[in-house]
Amino acid sequence: MYAALGIHRCMPHSHGSQGCCSYHRSHLTRHHKEPAMATTSSFTEGASVFGGLSNMTQALKNIFSIYEPDIVAVHTTCLSEVIGDDIPMMIKKSQEDGTIPPGKHVIHTNTPSFTGSHVTGFANMVRSTLRYLAENTGTPRDQLNILPGYVDPADMREIKRLAGLMGVNAVVLPDTSNVLDTAQTGTYEMYPKGGATVDQIRSTGDSIATLALGHFASLPAATELENKCNVPSVPLDLPFGLGPTDAFIDALRQYGAADVPEQIEEERGRLVDLMGDLHQYFFEKRVAVCGDPDHVIALVQFLVELDMKPAYVFTGTPGQHFERRIAEILKDHAPNAIIKQNADMFELHQLMKREPVDLLIGNTYGKYIARAENVPLVRFGFPILDRAGHRCFPAAGYMGAMRLVEKMSDALLDKKDRECDEEWFELVQ
Amino acid sequence: MEILPDRQKQVRQTGANPGQDSAAPIACDKHSAAGSVSQRACVFCGSRVVLYPIADALHLVHGPIGCAAYTWDIRGALSSGPQLHRNSFSTDLREMDVIYGGEKKLYHALIELIDAHQPEAAFVYSTCIVGVIGDDVAAVCKKVTAEKGIPVLPVASEGFKGTKKDGYRAACEAVYRLVGTGSTEDVGPHSINILGDFNLAGETWIIRDYYKRMGIDVVACITGDARIADIRRAHGAKLNLVQCSGSMTALGKKMEADYGIPQKRVSYFGIEDMAAALYEAARFFPDDPTILERAEDLVREEVEAITPQLREYRRRLEGRKAAIYVGGAFKAFSLVRALKLLGMQTAVVGSQTGGPEDYVKLQEICDPGTIVVDDSNPLELAQFCLEADVDLFIGGVKERPIAYKLGIAFCDHNHERKEPLAGFVGMLNFAREVCNSVNSPVWQFAPRKRRKAVPAQHQEIAV
Repeated sequence: MYAALGIHRCMPHSHGSQGCCSYHRSHLTRHHKEPAMATTSSFTEGASVFGGLSNMTQALKNIFSIYEPDIVAVHTTCLSEVIGDDIPMMIKKSQEDGTIPPGKHVIHTNTPSFTGSHVTGFANMVRSTLRYLAENTGTPRDQLNILPGYVDPADMREIKRLAGLMGVNAVVLPDTSNVLDTAQTGTYEMYPKGGATVDQIRSTGDSIATLALGHFASLPAATELENKCNVPSVPLDLPFGLGPTDAFIDALRQYGAADVPEQIEEERGRLVDLMGDLHQYFFEKRVAVCGDPDHVIALVQFLVELDMKPAYVFTGTPGQHFERRIAEILKDHAPNAIIKQNADMFELHQLMKREPVDLLIGNTYGKYIARAENVPLVRFGFPILDRAGHRCFPAAGYMGAMRLVEKMSDALLDKKDRECDEEWFELVQ
Repeated sequence: MEILPDRQKQVRQTGANPGQDSAAPIACDKHSAAGSVSQRACVFCGSRVVLYPIADALHLVHGPIGCAAYTWDIRGALSSGPQLHRNSFSTDLREMDVIYGGEKKLYHALIELIDAHQPEAAFVYSTCIVGVIGDDVAAVCKKVTAEKGIPVLPVASEGFKGTKKDGYRAACEAVYRLVGTGSTEDVGPHSINILGDFNLAGETWIIRDYYKRMGIDVVACITGDARIADIRRAHGAKLNLVQCSGSMTALGKKMEADYGIPQKRVSYFGIEDMAAALYEAARFFPDDPTILERAEDLVREEVEAITPQLREYRRRLEGRKAAIYVGGAFKAFSLVRALKLLGMQTAVVGSQTGGPEDYVKLQEICDPGTIVVDDSNPLELAQFCLEADVDLFIGGVKERPIAYKLGIAFCDHNHERKEPLAGFVGMLNFAREVCNSVNSPVWQFAPRKRRKAVPAQHQEIAV
């Protein structure tokens, strides 16, 4: 659903019971503090016995007649998957009988909750979008595709800003900036101005290359496009922290045939300066990190650059790549770190009880552990249900890295200021 | 505005067709039109929210991880003791379980969790896929009940089996299996159950305290800050006071049929309704007139305490307009009345799960011209708000950002309320929240409002 919202004038459609749609919308709304639109097939007992075809047809009719999107992105649910609904057949039928108006699009992806995690669903939707829409016309375009991964609208905005500063034409898919972080105008737009347009998505087949930010969220789509349209896929990490942002900028330079402008050099310089200024507060600090795999892979590199010691590195999303990659990043720096994929926070909590850490980095759900163990928590990733910064400020790019440094040092120093004995309470840090 | 053709019968403007309002009732109680951006949820959601506040029970969602993850600690239903209910345990069904069945996994999860947390009972929620793959949840529950000696109760809450209301019914059925299994020896003659209050922001505590001050025993609150042991002896109470029209009526009816306990519908929201709820209980025990006396004293004291401040809030809210979109219609009645008390007019009112009589009543108590709507969607709601030019929206999590986008004040009357809104003190909190949100300077910066304000400024200059 989140990926589909990053397509311009797209209505995400949940093919299943009403609750799935309602829960996803509420969850996105709690994180983004924005309305999150989506429709549902409103399955009943009848639909689950006889199949969801009539629900789908009815839904498409209603959606196109009332909400008038350019495109409907269908995602499945456990229920529609288990009863075996054939979505491509339904779409084909709706095209043939005119339910889908000319010039409008319906795409779909398979997202049962019993396979993978929300990252899997996101990756599937991006891949399906390209599978349905990308075309290779044979005329190359001077543009790069950037698949930003499951990051916040503020991060996508920052990624676009960096590409813009480099003078690179970029198609960002999905792009939820100006969709889920719109300005308050006093009016309500069902389709805000942001998002990748269908035409832009179609043109990705003619691009020079695809920068796939994140192995889990973006690489499957980039590979799909490489196979389909022969656009080379460039696997990168999410541009969080110094090293991964360097790699991203370098890829823009290389594939976009662009020079790195002074402004970006300076941003980088200011980050490096800040890292130097504050390094004494970071070294040897034991950190527990949990979150979505792409986020964690990038962040752990940054922690190493700051000389922190990742002790526990967890993700709930399944995938061996995570453990291999983290182990490689930490092999010289923190070889004893405990690294787990497909894991849960209960286990992380037990480990932290046994051998405490100085800092916990993760999403809002980390707050139970942080409170129980009196460990400062830096909120990072998805979902953040109880703070506001992620909606306004990016964590991506050099500027985002500076924000991470600020948040981490604030968290450590605030705890010290709150708890240290009077004689150690200092004005100057 | 344009409304989905399938939905036209679910929207009504009071006074638009004089005399017709009750003759042709608003269409409701039906499934949402496929393809609408419904604000509603599913059967599972209905069951989950109703049982959620039972604090010393284990809540295990038998299904894929999503159903549990999205109901993890989202309700704001406070507990004075155990916090176990805030966890949404999951059997985390995966692809292989869907193929081979999840009964074994369910059994092992129950055993492990019961050993680890020692709950007083366990609720096992069925989700969509459980309904389709056909796990015999009841059999597993029975087996674990026998092994562990605590009630393990299946909740038939497969998401697709109806609307959220059907989920309420499934929850009532599960709870009802506990009622009557405890001893009622120490239950006094003047005793009641509070049904359908969920202790959001501690509201049940306020209500409980009022009844206690009147000399009435509260046997069980179902399900606000509930304990299994209390529910087991709930049949000893002499009266059920049922709040929240949809969710607990089924339980009240069952208890009336099987134990002869009468039920009365009440609301704890707003001064009039709160007082009426206390008097209702007092009058039920005519053998002890001091109860009524104490109730009258209590109401007088409480109302006196809040009146000066309420008057001040009313002064700042007089003539402002509100839109209401909430889960149950009964809550909407109270809100309309409470807003009236604050001098505000309800211009738009709707609910997710109201019944036909509810909508007739809503049309009666609202001023002419009020838009009444069943199972609405964001586009409609936004349009209604702009057309009626409301100053306040009262709703839940999905409505809040829409109101803010429009530059309209908001009050959460759902899970995310941060202060108790029930009782007399709740009325004051409500007035404070509404007044401060409506009069907040931030809304004047909305470009829509500025555009409207510009001609006025020109006029001033011209004058």
